[in-house]
Amino acid sequence: MAYLFLAPFLALFATFVLAPAAYGLWISVTDWSPFRDVQHFVGLRNYADLFTAGSPFHDDFWQSMGATGVFVLASVPFLVVVPLLVAVLLNQRIRGGTVFRTIFFAPYVLGVAVVGVVWGYVLDTQSGILNHLAHAVGIRADIPWTVDTPWVWVALVGVTLWWTSGLNTVIFLAGLKGINTELYEAAALDGAGAVRSFFAVTLPGLRPVMLFITTTTVLASANMFGQSYLLTKGGPGNATRTAIMYIADQGLSQNNMAPAAAMSYVLFAFLAVVSLINFRLQRERLEKGRVR
Amino acid sequence: MSATAVSASSGRTGAPARGARRGRGRFTARTALYVVLVLLAALIVLPLVWMLVTSFKTDADAIRNPYSLPSPLSVDAYRTLSGGQQPILLWLWNSLAAATIQTVLIVATASLGAYALARMEFAGKKVVFGLIVSTLLVPPVVFLIPNYLIVQNLGWLDTIFAITVPGAAGAFGIFFLRQFFVGLPVEIEEAARIDGAGDLRIFLQVVLPLARPALATLAVLSFLNNWNDFLWPVYVLLSPERMTLQPGLSMLQGAYRTHFAIVMAGAVIASVPVLLLFAIAQRQIVDSVTGAAVKG
Repeated sequence: MAYLFLAPFLALFATFVLAPAAYGLWISVTDWSPFRDVQHFVGLRNYADLFTAGSPFHDDFWQSMGATGVFVLASVPFLVVVPLLVAVLLNQRIRGGTVFRTIFFAPYVLGVAVVGVVWGYVLDTQSGILNHLAHAVGIRADIPWTVDTPWVWVALVGVTLWWTSGLNTVIFLAGLKGINTELYEAAALDGAGAVRSFFAVTLPGLRPVMLFITTTTVLASANMFGQSYLLTKGGPGNATRTAIMYIADQGLSQNNMAPAAAMSYVLFAFLAVVSLINFRLQRERLEKGRVR
Repeated sequence: MSATAVSASSGRTGAPARGARRGRGRFTARTALYVVLVLLAALIVLPLVWMLVTSFKTDADAIRNPYSLPSPLSVDAYRTLSGGQQPILLWLWNSLAAATIQTVLIVATASLGAYALARMEFAGKKVVFGLIVSTLLVPPVVFLIPNYLIVQNLGWLDTIFAITVPGAAGAFGIFFLRQFFVGLPVEIEEAARIDGAGDLRIFLQVVLPLARPALATLAVLSFLNNWNDFLWPVYVLLSPERMTLQPGLSMLQGAYRTHFAIVMAGAVIASVPVLLLFAIAQRQIVDSVTGAAVKG
């Protein structure tokens, strides 16, 4: 009976999760071409090529990995700190807390395409409202938000912050509600001000939530695709072409399926290592925190 | 003792004991707090207001007066979109159909499967569950190329199957509902079993009605997810009449480079349904995204 209950899901799961995971691995060790009927096993050549300077995909792939890395490093601190501060504000005794929470979360339910085209207009160099406002306050330069570095990075991080920070805000807020209020009273009795009790009570109390948020935020930023695709088209040059964008383009538009499949597994390995390091680091602090 | 209890119950805030410092300093701090929150809210809302306002402008008005109200008020942008080569009403319909079909698929298959994993004993249960959950950790890009080829082999490219069926195979629904089923008191089901009900009857008539809130939450999340999906439909949908709103918007952006009113009208059409859904199911959505983090 249990198997009957599971059968519909397992059929889907086997076809579109298990099979492709294995199939992708197979593609990555062949010379796959959609124009041939027979594919040949080539061992780890596609992987080796990715690590060999001068081979066809080496430079572009690592440039895209670099762009992904830049985006992760530039976006994650903001995506963690800003929601944390906003959550602390929302956790004060205020009227309309739910209304603010709802507003802050709202952009997250929009698709990246909506976010991309709306901000594409806001940030447009000639007709965008942001540069119009800059003119109004006396800044004459037309800032190339979506066209030139370093502005493209400011734009991509800013737009991502606008779009997704509501998610981390509500998660932090739930974490804050879970902190025992007696700890704040004890801190206050010891003469701790708001700042001291933030570092002595709030941050340690949020450690498990912090681990969850940093892990999921790093992964989300490392999987960035739509913002670059819609706002900067990966430019200028290929400066903001992320790994996902490059893999999708090579695999699905340029018919280089085998190298692209290998790239997706290399990216997977990278993300696994980053998550593991993050987990280790934070778990150590978690354990130290408990001893103290 | 009672003093502690009182201050504890009233002090669920970041720095409660600071309330001891009363008077003017406290008043200005609270005012500053509201000012900051209102400014942040304005920063969130303004781009959306601007999207809406611009969508009711003529092209010339949008370029000449970027931040005034529309004058004249114009529905040209919407008219262009419903007529031209970008059949946006068809995209709206495709998006609604795809999101609904995928939601039904997910809720149906995940509730059955999750119930088996939560309540039934069978050989290989641990392995199956472990396998399902471990795929939550695999980034979606790993499935992109092989799934494209699988969908192609099935003859599903550029059909609604491509954007509904593969996406229903994700592990999240099973994981989410299993948590919920495990938390249900088992006595109700046992009572039904004593009354002679079989597994399927218990599932359909006892468990599913109890699980209605969890099913509704999963349905809302699945709908949003499918509605907003971007990368996959960009690559598996090819012809304009098969498009959904998200890849469609990207097409609009390319076709009407400087016709901002038209692009904004498209964005309004793509965002109103999800913002409405959010307005209705706000609590379920927020609770479900925080649940995983705070419990775990």
